[in-house]
Amino acid sequence: MSANAESQEQWDVVIEPDYPLFNLRLREVWNYRDLLWILVFRNFVAQYKQTLLGPVWFFIQPMLTTLTFMVIFGAIAQIPTGGIPQPLFYLSGVVIWTYFSDCLVKTSTVFKDNAGVFGKVYFPRLIIPLSIIVSNLIKFALQSVLFLLVLLYYVYFKGDVFQLHTTSFLFMLPVFLLLMALLGLSLGMIISSLTTKYRDLAFLVAFGVQLLMYATPVVYPLDSERVRNLAGNFLQWNPLAPIFEGVRKGLFGTGFFEWWYFGYAVAVTVVLMFIAIIVFNKVERNFIDTV
Amino acid sequence: MSKAIEVSHLSKLYRLGAIGTGNLSHDFQRWFAKVRGKEDPYMVIGKQNNREAGGKNDVVYSLNDISFTINQGDSVGIIGRNGAGKSTLLKVLSRITSPTSGSVKVRGRVASLLEVGTGFHPELSGRENIYLNGSILGMRRHEITSKLDEIIEFSGVERYIDTPVKRYSSGMYVRLAFAVAAHLEPEILIVDEVLAVGDAEFQKKCLGKMNQVSTSEGRTVLFVSHNLTAVETLCNQGIYLDMGRLAMQGPTLDVVREYVSRDLLARRVVQSTESKKLGNEHITIVEAAIENGSSETPSDIIDISSDVRLKITLINHTKDHHLSVGFDLKTAKEEVVFGSGGKLHSPPGMPTVFTCIIPGNFLNDDLYQMDIYFHTPGMSKLFAQRSMVSFEIKDQARENGFLGKINGMIRPQLQWASSAGIKTTA
Repeated sequence: MSANAESQEQWDVVIEPDYPLFNLRLREVWNYRDLLWILVFRNFVAQYKQTLLGPVWFFIQPMLTTLTFMVIFGAIAQIPTGGIPQPLFYLSGVVIWTYFSDCLVKTSTVFKDNAGVFGKVYFPRLIIPLSIIVSNLIKFALQSVLFLLVLLYYVYFKGDVFQLHTTSFLFMLPVFLLLMALLGLSLGMIISSLTTKYRDLAFLVAFGVQLLMYATPVVYPLDSERVRNLAGNFLQWNPLAPIFEGVRKGLFGTGFFEWWYFGYAVAVTVVLMFIAIIVFNKVERNFIDTV
Repeated sequence: MSKAIEVSHLSKLYRLGAIGTGNLSHDFQRWFAKVRGKEDPYMVIGKQNNREAGGKNDVVYSLNDISFTINQGDSVGIIGRNGAGKSTLLKVLSRITSPTSGSVKVRGRVASLLEVGTGFHPELSGRENIYLNGSILGMRRHEITSKLDEIIEFSGVERYIDTPVKRYSSGMYVRLAFAVAAHLEPEILIVDEVLAVGDAEFQKKCLGKMNQVSTSEGRTVLFVSHNLTAVETLCNQGIYLDMGRLAMQGPTLDVVREYVSRDLLARRVVQSTESKKLGNEHITIVEAAIENGSSETPSDIIDISSDVRLKITLINHTKDHHLSVGFDLKTAKEEVVFGSGGKLHSPPGMPTVFTCIIPGNFLNDDLYQMDIYFHTPGMSKLFAQRSMVSFEIKDQARENGFLGKINGMIRPQLQWASSAGIKTTA
């Protein structure tokens, strides 16, 4: 009888109003991993169906942006690129920035965009942000190929103006990518959680991301005379700065990189991540009542 | 028998009015009260979920202290009026929203079908959407692959399976979506009126499939519907929710009977009140009532032999001096018994009383409801209300020495005769 009563108490799911603050139920996320892949597939296919050029757009977008930057920041504003040829400097910045900003912008509307599905069926909500990160990572990989092609062109045909100085920091690239993904994800999750209640934030995101780009060493090197004169050390405290500079150090050997500085970026990311988990956990349980 | 679901003291609070704007200060007050260990100032215990009462408070209990258990293999019909909390209960059970207090314990994998085709992407093909929808509903990839042929066959859209679903007709779309859902194999299936879509043939197919799932495959099914006949055929257990509270749980037939009698009996007389007007800009219904036409007291119990009098007091706001009025008399399960109507004199702007008598010894001892319609003499629509009034007819003579109910929607008194001593050809 007691054994029977004990087995009665083994429930698979217990739904209660109280919940642990940091529990992301990763085991459940793992059980839904197939959903993650199909969502990644959907993100790709749906984006370019019924377009003439299809996935070629992945390459056209960074190319056009690089051209624009070359004209505006290179030719008109004449911002120095630290001795690196402009196409290489801007393209690397654009590809990395696109990765970060897409992670951020797309996650920041997760609840709003998926209200219809979230209101009808349960699955770990975290799957959607994760699928965004993975989709963007694949896109990043494709665009990196473009960058490599341009890089090879410079190495083989423009050896007189450009010598490749890759350093061992290049092996840090996966860490940098992870860090950016987590930063984008955390900020996006916080924003998307808050927008379920306070819609105002949605307006800020598009605008804010633009501003953030200029506050990040994307179109200029952090370690330059003009930047220091203009903004002092203020821009150093942008946690994205060490990442961009680190990637540059790895590729061209020119960035400003120190370990304490890298540690600062990690610390900010971890703090934001904890906030994001708490807020996301709280909101995902009831947001459907307020959307 | 082991338990599949155990719900204890479940409550769910909703805040009414403009949620999402200008409540930063409310949020702060709630937070501050919580910090001091006080009760939430916006959560007053004991408010009932009654949308007709129009309470002053801006919070409402959609579910109020509900407890029940469901055994493995039961199929349970959840019934109640609109707004009784049925959908909220399903949402809490399927983890779309969390309860305010209380708990739900579940054993086994839950799949909820609150909608067919959740997450379908218009640009993807039918086949791709099967994978997408199946994964969202909690199926693993290999499960879907192994059932793919079966799903496609069940849907009946083989020819278009590689076409984007945005080119599908709405019927095909629903068929494909239901086909995926029908091949889920959860231990617990939660279904919310998805059967209201599709044509009659397809609905039959769906009901058949659900029946198969619950009876022969021994899974637990929770089913919300307004279609009481469907609930009676599909479910062996019933849960009746009334204004957020659990009114009754038990065998389906008993629960349906209780629901029908409680819900319909409350409406023998309906009146316009200050807060709730009956009618519209064309017609005001002052009162609609079913009276006992054979008794001195109109509110008496209506016996099978009594005349039933429908009495409508109304004010005509149109320019016509006549109104066309009609009703459909229906059983509690929404089957129409008959309809009747006529063109009656009703001078504009003054209260007029319409009456109609259904003779005694004609209806059965049962529950009935009336849909009432008003048209202009030229038959353009003015006002209509489903189930405006309802009533019960009792067979008092038979209730004393109970012989059981006689079958049928009506029970007219007919002439029977016998003649002895006649030659037959047989």
